[in-house]
Amino acid sequence: MACFLVPAAEAAVVTIIRKIAEDNQQKKYSALKVHPEEVLKSEESVLHKTRWLTNLLWGGSALLAFEHVWHGEVTPWFPFLTAMREPDSTSAMLHEMATNGIGMAALVTLVWTGMLAVNHIRNKKNIQEAQ
Amino acid sequence: MTLLIVSIAAVICTFIWYTKGNACRISTLCWMFWGASLMWLVDAFAEYAELHEEYFTPAPADMLNDAFLGCSAVAFGLIIWLADLLIHDPKGVFRKKKSLKEDAEHV
Repeated sequence: MACFLVPAAEAAVVTIIRKIAEDNQQKKYSALKVHPEEVLKSEESVLHKTRWLTNLLWGGSALLAFEHVWHGEVTPWFPFLTAMREPDSTSAMLHEMATNGIGMAALVTLVWTGMLAVNHIRNKKNIQEAQ
Repeated sequence: MTLLIVSIAAVICTFIWYTKGNACRISTLCWMFWGASLMWLVDAFAEYAELHEEYFTPAPADMLNDAFLGCSAVAFGLIIWLADLLIHDPKGVFRKKKSLKEDAEHV
């Protein structure tokens, strides 16, 4: 019905937070007039990896939005979601968002956490091998 | 069926990205298809919880409709990727054309 809105909302929040963090980082280092490589590198890597999460969330939400348009659940006119027309279908939609939608956002975030863990282990291994 | 088609597309794109690299921004497709596959997987679990073993024996008409939807979703993803590719122009095709045109005008 509208489950894709939950991961899309998560994607929007993470994107906004990343933009703010990137701006702050830029201000911080332009004020210092130095480029502390190591600090920047660790911060950048965290920021860079949030891109993985937003890419997964935005990409998945786009295809799911397409599926909802296909099924006639999303319309280009007000109220945009056909489930919003009747109170019964609205409550079913909210239930689906609370179950499937949150499940989707949680699974994608969980997979991203797994990717971070694997990446961290691989980096550690590479450093050990280099030493 | 939709989940199956999009998952296969995600595997193929990831294989292309691994073997050929990201020169054509194929990672855009990988993120999109993997994101959608994970989300449809949750939908599949929810449907399985509701239908149990019936989930694995869909009606042929439903299967055909889902397959059609899956192929259309892949096509939609490809269109988004193509737009992204043309906007970013990683190989500089448009820039080269523009500079060639400008050179021809000067001559």
